[in-house]
Parts: sequence; structure tokens; C-alpha cells
Amino acid sequence: MTAFWLNLWSGVPPWWQVLLLNLGKITLILAPLMAAVAYLTFAERKLIGYMQVRIGPNRVGPRGWLQPIADAVKLLFKEIIIPTRSNKFLFILAPILSIAPALAAWAVIPFTDTLVLANIDASLLYILALTSMGVYGVIIAGWASNSKYAFLGSMRSAAQIVAYEIAMGFALVGVLMAANSLNLREIVLHQQGGIHQWYFLPLFPLFLVYFISGVAETNRSPFDVAEGESEIVAGFHVEYSGMAFAVFFLAEYANMILIAALAVLMFLGGWLSPFEGLLPTNLMALPVLGTLLGSGVHWLLAKISFMLFFFLWFRATFPRYRYDQIMRLGWKVLIPVTLVWIAVMGVAMFLTPWGHLFH
Amino acid sequence: MNAIKRYLNSFLLIELLKGMKLTGRQLFARKITIQYPEEKTPISPRFRGLHALRRYPNGEERCIACKLCEAVCPALAITIESELRADGTRRTTRYDIDLTKCIYCGFCEESCPVDSIVETQVFEYHGEQRGDLVYTKQMLLAVGDKHEKQIAAMRATDAKYR
Repeated sequence: MTAFWLNLWSGVPPWWQVLLLNLGKITLILAPLMAAVAYLTFAERKLIGYMQVRIGPNRVGPRGWLQPIADAVKLLFKEIIIPTRSNKFLFILAPILSIAPALAAWAVIPFTDTLVLANIDASLLYILALTSMGVYGVIIAGWASNSKYAFLGSMRSAAQIVAYEIAMGFALVGVLMAANSLNLREIVLHQQGGIHQWYFLPLFPLFLVYFISGVAETNRSPFDVAEGESEIVAGFHVEYSGMAFAVFFLAEYANMILIAALAVLMFLGGWLSPFEGLLPTNLMALPVLGTLLGSGVHWLLAKISFMLFFFLWFRATFPRYRYDQIMRLGWKVLIPVTLVWIAVMGVAMFLTPWGHLFH
Repeated sequence: MNAIKRYLNSFLLIELLKGMKLTGRQLFARKITIQYPEEKTPISPRFRGLHALRRYPNGEERCIACKLCEAVCPALAITIESELRADGTRRTTRYDIDLTKCIYCGFCEESCPVDSIVETQVFEYHGEQRGDLVYTKQMLLAVGDKHEKQIAAMRATDAKYR
């Protein structure tokens, strides 16, 4: 049987083999990602419910576990209404433009040392480029809807993303200086040697700035002025319904997971175990416990979930920032903080003997 | 000095952490949700739900068609027609309450001199088409017959405050 399949496989032309293999890998990344997005919405509703002393969804399926499926089915069957005076081509294009970068960025995320779809040297640059692409979806959606609220939302989103992109970029410059590499896999490998080697300790201010601007970048509460349901209805996606709306929704949550994953890779040691090199070797040799305590994709997933928990916690806690406060925070607080810390790092690395603290 | 303190409090995210501490505590607090169809909240004896017309223990209907409820009804939801019965008493021939107009203020119940029209604790009812919620005399009497025990009990509980 195996021989038959191997024979069949070798009959396939080589370029087809490459294509099929890559399609398979992409499916292997995207299918769990979509499931994660679905259950992230569920986790969000449940968690915010709990923080508001409620229970949250618990009717569909056992303990509400089928709620996201029900939501997805509902959205699938709803009509997509295209406003009469809108620009139809751009109206349809906008959700695609917002989800494509959110998914494409996963191509360079290393899940373990060897498990990465595209191990390219400029992967961090690629991520930065793609995450900034996402804002086009929002801007085009607001413009194509031909609606005041949608337009207001997209204008706000554009200004906000310009401001926070810079802070985010500078925060990553610190990581580059510490790791001497733009390759995400190498950045993680530079953090080997246990929890005290992870970059969140020497780069703590940058870690905070990165995470705050990540929350702003994904238009999540408390920076969700682009949606601002109490001010401008639903902001840029006010005219979208059914699956077109669902795609925006997917993009927002996929972006959240992406930002969390990047924070983990760059500051929390990616797939590395926090106990690396800190536990006795005979403990690590135990069959199940050793694997669990050792490095592996499970640590990456656990850390991503941990970061996502903070996204939800923020949403349950903070009221929305006023628009001018967002601008002030971005330009006058976060960017100076990153600049100062980069200067401190540079001076320490090149002029003082304490440079090793940042490596 | 105070300004510096305030600045540090917000710059070092201390204020935000305080907020997160609060919500973080609530995460583990006992949940107060009532699972409605299975669990129910207690209902006051003065609760104003679905209307009912009551009868005396001998089966005679209480309503004497004085039309005070019709007069007091702020939503004009009550329509009454009456005639003299063979035994010389005045009784209603028609007693309609349009529950789609009714605002459940309870004035009809308060104005009634013979405790005939009352509002029960029933609040789970519905109409499936237009007109289903216009309750006629027969329907109201039926509601009264069905819930008489409860109605009487609730009136007894509340009697000393009336």
C-alpha cells in the first residue's frame, strides 16, 4: 500500500510536488488557526462574562462549547448587503485585504526549531510589512461603504496605526540589537538557556511598548476607536453583513493571535521551555514529564494563550481611550520610551562593559 | 510633588494594574446569573402580570360592571359592556383587555371595589398572531379559575398592607 502511494507520488511532476507539499503545510497552519480564532471568540465571551460576574454563553452544546459553530453558521447564511451608493469592487476587496496579511504573516512564524513554513532571513521585516498592510482593508472598507460612520472609523484607524506602527517598529529595533538577526527563528534561538535569558527581562520597557502598540494595532479595546460602538456604531464595518463581516471579524482575531505569537517569539522565548538548563537532567529524561517540561510547540501555544488572556483581560477592564489621548500616548509616551531604551542599549553595548546584559 | 506622583502612577501603569486587579478578582467571584427557564427569581405578592377575573366561592363572578377600571385605565385597554340579568343584578356581557395596549400599571386592580379584576403572577404568556393578546371575558375568567389559589394566597400575604 505504501509502495503504491510512493509510486504515485513520484509520478507527480516535481513542481507539483512542491506546490502540493506547500499547500498541505499551509492547510496544517491555517486550519488550526481558524479553529483557534473561533474558540478565541468563545473564550473572550466566557472570560469577559466571568469578569462581569456573569456566566457567558452556556446554552449551545455542552457548556456552550458549540457557540462559535452556531455563530459561524448564522453568519454564513446571512445575506451580504452591498449598499447602493458604495463602490462595489472595493467594498468586496476590503475584507479580503484585511484578512490576507493576517494569514500570510503566519508563513514565517517558527513553531519549533524546525517547524516553519518559510525560514527566511528577513522574516521580521516581512511581518512588519504585512501587519501594516492590514490597515488598507480598514481604510478601503470605510471609504467604499460611502457611510459617514464607516469613514470616520477608518480615518481614526489610519491615524492610530501610523502612530503605533512607529512605536512597534522601534520596540522591535531593540530586539534586533539584542539578537543581531531579523530571522525569527534565530531570535528565539538567541534566547536559549532558561527563563532568565528571555528578552522580556532586559527589554522590559520595549516588551510593554510592543504589547500596548500591538493591542492598538489590532484595534482592540481600549484602543478600539475604529469600531467605537458607542460613538460611531461599528466604525469601518458598519455596512458589512454576513460573511463579509465575518471575514473582518476573523482578521481581527487572527491578528490578535499573530501579535501574541510575535510577542512570545521575540520576548518570551518562543517554543523554549522556561526550565531549560535549570532542571536536573535525570528529570528531563523522564518519558512524559520530560517532554512536557522540555522545549516544544506546546510551550509556544501555552505562551500565546497566556498573552491572549491579557488581550481579553484588557477588554474587560479598560474603558475606551479618547481619540486625542490615543494620539498623545502613541507619540508622546511610547515612542520616546522606545527611543530612550534603544539609546540606553546602544550605549551599554558599545561604550560600557555591561553590553552582555542585552545579549 | 502631587503632580509627579500622579505622573508616575500613570506612567508606570499602576493605575491600570489596579483596574486589572479588580477585574481579575471578579473572575473568581461567585457568579450571580439566574438560569432563567430552569431557575427563577422570587416574585413579589404585588407583582403585576397577566390579568384575571375572579369569582366568589359559590361560583358567581365578582364583577358588577361598575366600569371603574375602564375609566381609570390610562392606556384605554379595557372595554366593558353590561346588561341587567334576569335576577336583577348588573353583570358584564363583554369584558375585553387588550394586553398589547396594557401597561401593567395595576390601576384596574386598585380601583376594583369587589376585587374582581386582579393581576396575577403569571408573566410567561404569548400570542402567536395579531389579536391573540386581546383577552375576552371568558379567557380572563379562565385565568382566574386556574390561578385562584395563588391569587387568594398572595392577597392574604399582602392584606395587612392594603
